[in-house]
Amino acid sequence: MADTHQESAGADFDLTQFYQIFFEEAAENLDQMEQMLLNLDLEAANDEELNGIFRCAHSIKGGAATFGFADVAELTHQMESLLDRLRRHELRLIAPMVDVLLESADASRSLLARHQAGGQGEAISTHDLVRSISELASGQAPAMAPQAVVPAPQPAFAPAPVAAPAVVPEVGADGMRALEIHIGPLEQLAQADAIKELFRDIPGLGQIEDLPGEVADMRRFAVRTASSNDDLLDLFAFHVAKDKVSILAAGACPAPAPAAPVAQSPALDAARPYGFFAGAPGVPVDEVAVAALAAAAAPAQRTAAARAAPEAKGASQASMESSTIRVAVNKVDQLINLVGELVITQAMLAQNSRGLDAGVHQQLLAGLADLDRNTRDLQESVMSIRMIPMSIVFNRFPRMLRDLAAKLGKKVDFITHGEATELDKSLVEKITDPLTHLVRNSLDHGIELPEDRLAVGKPEHGSLTLSASHQGGSIVIEVRDDGKGMSREKILKKARERGLDVSDTMPDSEVWQLIFAPGFSTADVVTDVSGRGVGMDVVKRNITSLGGSVEIDSAEGYGMRVSVRLPLTLAIMDGMSVGVGDEVYILPLSSVVESFQVNEGDVNTVTQGSQLVKVREEYMPVMSLERIFQVPRPGGAGSSGNNIMVVVEADGSRVAVLVDELLGQHQVVVKNLETNYRKVPNVSGATILGDGTVALILDTGALVRRARH
Amino acid sequence: MLSILAVDDSPSMRKMVSFTLTSAGYHVVEAVDGQDALEKAETHPVSLVLADQNMPRLDGIGLTRRLRAHPRYKGTPILILTTESSDQMKQAGRAAGATGWLVKPFDPVRLIEVIQKVIR
Repeated sequence: MADTHQESAGADFDLTQFYQIFFEEAAENLDQMEQMLLNLDLEAANDEELNGIFRCAHSIKGGAATFGFADVAELTHQMESLLDRLRRHELRLIAPMVDVLLESADASRSLLARHQAGGQGEAISTHDLVRSISELASGQAPAMAPQAVVPAPQPAFAPAPVAAPAVVPEVGADGMRALEIHIGPLEQLAQADAIKELFRDIPGLGQIEDLPGEVADMRRFAVRTASSNDDLLDLFAFHVAKDKVSILAAGACPAPAPAAPVAQSPALDAARPYGFFAGAPGVPVDEVAVAALAAAAAPAQRTAAARAAPEAKGASQASMESSTIRVAVNKVDQLINLVGELVITQAMLAQNSRGLDAGVHQQLLAGLADLDRNTRDLQESVMSIRMIPMSIVFNRFPRMLRDLAAKLGKKVDFITHGEATELDKSLVEKITDPLTHLVRNSLDHGIELPEDRLAVGKPEHGSLTLSASHQGGSIVIEVRDDGKGMSREKILKKARERGLDVSDTMPDSEVWQLIFAPGFSTADVVTDVSGRGVGMDVVKRNITSLGGSVEIDSAEGYGMRVSVRLPLTLAIMDGMSVGVGDEVYILPLSSVVESFQVNEGDVNTVTQGSQLVKVREEYMPVMSLERIFQVPRPGGAGSSGNNIMVVVEADGSRVAVLVDELLGQHQVVVKNLETNYRKVPNVSGATILGDGTVALILDTGALVRRARH
Repeated sequence: MLSILAVDDSPSMRKMVSFTLTSAGYHVVEAVDGQDALEKAETHPVSLVLADQNMPRLDGIGLTRRLRAHPRYKGTPILILTTESSDQMKQAGRAAGATGWLVKPFDPVRLIEVIQKVIR
């Protein structure tokens, strides 16, 4: 955007390379701002909080303006103005302010997302938001009717007046204004061409034409636009200094005057982009003035020292920032992959060295033992890089619940425990949607309306608790509410209607599991929040596909608890290796129920060669890995060594997998087969064994589904 | 090579300023806020300080005051980057001993021009 600039400076000032870091920073600032806004106590907002929120808006504004995202800069500028008045105690904080600021944060987010996508798609309009904020900032109640005819008042802390004469241009019937824009004096007149390009590049900005009549080092344009002078100046500021731009109503403007006096006019000083204090230290004028000023500066030190106390609070945050680095996820993934390879190599070495004489190769074996330990430590440390705290997920709920509770007319206190519990990043991403669903369900179906709660002697505010904790090698996330719980009768009735096989004597735990059946919903009223019957089955399926499980506990009238248990990472898995012919397959240990030696009499062949096995009075389908994967047998098809059944469970059903032998249980490093090869039916991934051969990891869910058909 | 201390709490701003200055041939020391800048200024002697005004812990004007009290930085040019060049801000900047001010958003070329006017 600054070709002419590049020439004059002789350096390449391409700002696009900083876009990404700005987007990330802005997203962080917006999240932080939202968090702080939600935590604000309307009655007693403290200065520290207001300052923090202000600083977030301020940072985004500064960046957005610098990088040329005028729409974001404008919106955040308005937010900043309002926040500035609040932190100066010129305004009292009221709920609509928090609402409009939250809305503006959302709008900024979507504007930024659009810029990040390269400006694709329609930009959302922030016009109403900007007006609401400026009305609030000027101390008015927000206008209820959006079509209020009163022109929006200027925010109290509007930007410094710009170098435009106070001529109010005529607005045409189409909302377009005819303007004359004078730019100069310029050393290189070509700089002004960038302005013309702006009109070409930004759809809807308006039209621009050169005006005849050259004035030395000045350019004049005729412009038709619907944008305000401020907007235009903000846009132009990236190409020419504001003090070199004059915006005049077409026709009403005087003959083009030499612009030199304009730039020097003291009234316009405020809009100058920089300046020096006469006689200040560092200004290359006279040394005497420097000494005088330096002395004058000394008493000011006390003020600074007195302020040290409140400043200390920010210290921990700042030191946090400087002690972390941002790394691209693919770099971390690559590192994990390499460590995975190293683990495999180490396992191979360990296996190959097993037969060595400990007396002869003492040093080598000691070295290998060290390697074993170090590899394990290294693997653990590397895996921990991917671990991120659950707070990343938890933090999105307060806002969602606040909006949802308002919509449903419910009152709820949101409590979280164990936000610091860490979980693999890929799991965090995948667990967010199911958790969101569970939390919504709790609020929508669990927690009652305030009057209903009071009627049954409960406090008016419901409570919704989200907690995370480590239990063994898993993480357990609980969503708990003190609402009305689930009705056993209702679920059983609904299940019968849907033709599910149920009985009145079923234990509670099995009854609750019924709600995971596809299309099952007991909601009396289908709201637009939940209760459409899609959901719980999807939740369950998503969690199962992550190697996790869901449990429900409920007491009618007292509430409900949903516990989600997940493995800590997807990159390493506990597996059971089984042998079929010369092949080795891995079954996820989490889905293995039991294994047993099978007697020929227990297997019954039914139609089309499919087999059933009777296990403790229960028949289950037999899946022969040999047949599914067409494992070749050296001794011919008849020499089957299959005599072990491994019962696996997935999606609530069980199948017996027929194998030759059980080889053992161990941790395996999961490799994605789809990215390295292609999708293979019945297989969820692959791993490399200690002897270097590849073993397929079986998708038990697919095996179970296969058995059903 | 002349060294410049660039102080800004926004990482993207800091990177951009730093990039601009480095491209123009200066050595850049970065600080994340006024307090950090004081520590950096102590350990890395610099020829010019370019500080954001609004920062946590210690703002640009506060930083200026403290630097002026330091024998080494009595006469070093200190430029304050601000979003608004209100008279109020300028008064405070001047009283603290700042050399000059620069309005954000700034243009990289202008930044270099201004710096070249005062750096020694």
